[in-house]
Amino acid sequence: MSGTAGRDGARRRMRDVLLGGGPLATHEGPYFGDFGGRFVPEALIAALDELETEYHKALADPAFSDELERLHRTYTGRPSPLTEVPRFARHVGDGVRVFLKREDLNHTGSHKINNVLGQALLVKRMGKRRVIAETGAGQHGVATATAAALLDLECTVYMGEEDTQRQALNVARMELLGATVVPVTIGARTLKDAINEALRDWVANVDSTHYLLGTVTGPHPFPEMVRDFHKIIGEEARAQILEETGALPDAVVACVGGGSNAMGIFNAFLDDPQVRLFGFEAGGAGISSGRHSARFSGGAPGVLHGARSYLLQDEDGQTLPSHSVSAGLDYPSVGPEHAWLHDTGRAQYRPVTDDEAMEAFRLLCRTEGIIPAIESAHALAGAIQLGREAAGWAGGDRPPVVLVNLSGRGDKDVATAAAWFGILEPEPVVKADEGEQL
Amino acid sequence: MSVTDVRSATAERIDELASGPAPRAALIGYLPVGFPSVPGSARAVRTMVDAGVDVVELGMPYTDPVMDGPVIQAAANRALANGTRVRDTLRVVEEVASAGAPVLVMTYWNLVLRYGVDAYARDLAAAGGAGLITPDLIPDEAADWIAAADEHALDRVFLVAPSSTPERLASTVAASRGFVYAASTMGVTGERATVGERAEQLVADTRAAGAARVCVGLGVSRPEQAAQVAGYADGVIVGSALVRSLLDAPDEAAGLDALAGVVHGLAEGVRSAQRIPR
Repeated sequence: MSGTAGRDGARRRMRDVLLGGGPLATHEGPYFGDFGGRFVPEALIAALDELETEYHKALADPAFSDELERLHRTYTGRPSPLTEVPRFARHVGDGVRVFLKREDLNHTGSHKINNVLGQALLVKRMGKRRVIAETGAGQHGVATATAAALLDLECTVYMGEEDTQRQALNVARMELLGATVVPVTIGARTLKDAINEALRDWVANVDSTHYLLGTVTGPHPFPEMVRDFHKIIGEEARAQILEETGALPDAVVACVGGGSNAMGIFNAFLDDPQVRLFGFEAGGAGISSGRHSARFSGGAPGVLHGARSYLLQDEDGQTLPSHSVSAGLDYPSVGPEHAWLHDTGRAQYRPVTDDEAMEAFRLLCRTEGIIPAIESAHALAGAIQLGREAAGWAGGDRPPVVLVNLSGRGDKDVATAAAWFGILEPEPVVKADEGEQL
Repeated sequence: MSVTDVRSATAERIDELASGPAPRAALIGYLPVGFPSVPGSARAVRTMVDAGVDVVELGMPYTDPVMDGPVIQAAANRALANGTRVRDTLRVVEEVASAGAPVLVMTYWNLVLRYGVDAYARDLAAAGGAGLITPDLIPDEAADWIAAADEHALDRVFLVAPSSTPERLASTVAASRGFVYAASTMGVTGERATVGERAEQLVADTRAAGAARVCVGLGVSRPEQAAQVAGYADGVIVGSALVRSLLDAPDEAAGLDALAGVVHGLAEGVRSAQRIPR
């Protein structure tokens, strides 16, 4: 196809979808409106085509879905519970009911395992023997090393050198699981540079190696495929909340780094227009400070790591450094489907500052006995922001219902939080300037 | 304007070298703008043209160069740290356009997107540039650039790789103007002990897909490698070996001397090639 025809075709398809031409939940790449695509070297196109073909074949093969379902049931621990949090909800708003989707209870401690197991099974089908991954703080790296151990794959994880020092425990965890961790010492030595190194490895070893990308970014088919591996979050939550309350929620709330946990829980509600969707990005020290990871509030459309989306960039198009107290939200771009949902208005994206997130973190610990990941605490802080609007949502005598994706648990963040709240000396702080995208 | 209506200075240079009294392949030299400084990079380009480079590939430094190995990354990082801007590239193009070799700009796509595709094409043409080499832009995503290159009579150099299917070779060849850039190996830029053995086959396959000119890059750094590639390709693209001569030098003057020495050797290699008749 010619590029123009492709772009126009994508725009037409988007219009069809928005006018009721098809469900949003099953929208296929490479384009999400003006976003997505494949901005990668030609050398990778054959591998991306192979991945797309193999993925669609796997989707049509009951043996694949049976195996993934079995692993989720017996290994991941799915379905993850839905927990109502009434003591926390009092801080959200009078009469508001808040439910948490408990992805924090999955094996390896976050939603990441959903995607990792799906892709690792695909790798076996493609006959490849080696996986590579990027990681910031280490959550996606640990999940990938876990799946590689389970499915007998060789595993190399690229991690910025500074992160390997700050997150020595996660490096040890990956190595215990049999993975090789490669410190990245070039560029800014951050997560984005780890992705650059993983892409360079992939170009050179694409015959034997799969790049197990950790979020809904990257070239087609990653955004669509990673979303599909995570959509189980929303499908379970939708059935669970219908069972609990007899109705759909008024709002679904998630944190957005790369955006995989958010796409995972949004997907099942995309075609329910009465359900409001809110993504909360890391506002860091505040948008005006320039130290944040708020692509929608402080970025502009551009291309990074294979996809067109919103991007933190300077006047010339050079990538700008991102910042957040949460390693997992600290990435300069965002999944292209989120960019599309933003521009079409189907979902709203707002920033949450480090301070707001940490306050919500403390609140959930104290009111419900759940230590959330700092990433997920951004979603909790978002729910608190929404509380002021929520009173006006529900019709009749039904209380407003907010569903929050608790994407991960906070064990990894204990040192950061303890220092933040002055429980420990600030010296041993795990300084999370860069991380992987949730 | 159709593709064939556009006059390509690069194609003319390559054809002229191929049909002269001593037919040979072109030597294409890469250097990044802003390294060791913006004026220093212009001097380096002039030096390499004077020493025997036939076509210039001028790199725009970028924060996330996924197709580049450590040598070019190091130079690009230094250029960015020195404050090199996209506009500096156009200034350097203008300065070296008269040096005697067509000047192509090698750029990652976001820099052009941010500038504005048509605006960049217009300003590049006005500066005397010959066109763009786009390592992370495939023709499928290049509708705006294809139109702008036609509008402003610029070359579009897309890449093919050993993994490219016959269908993709055909579509990439059809979208390219000037020449097609054949990546000799699956990998990134850098010096290698041997040039990928798949390179010769890729050149043959790319010609079979309709390409009039195919130049080979990635991993070519030594005169004997240049001679080998010049035996079957229309051009030999060298980057890291040139950049390294500047990186390793104690000062600019020594760097320019070293650069000229490396180019002399490569130019000799290209001239010594036993050409395989097309």
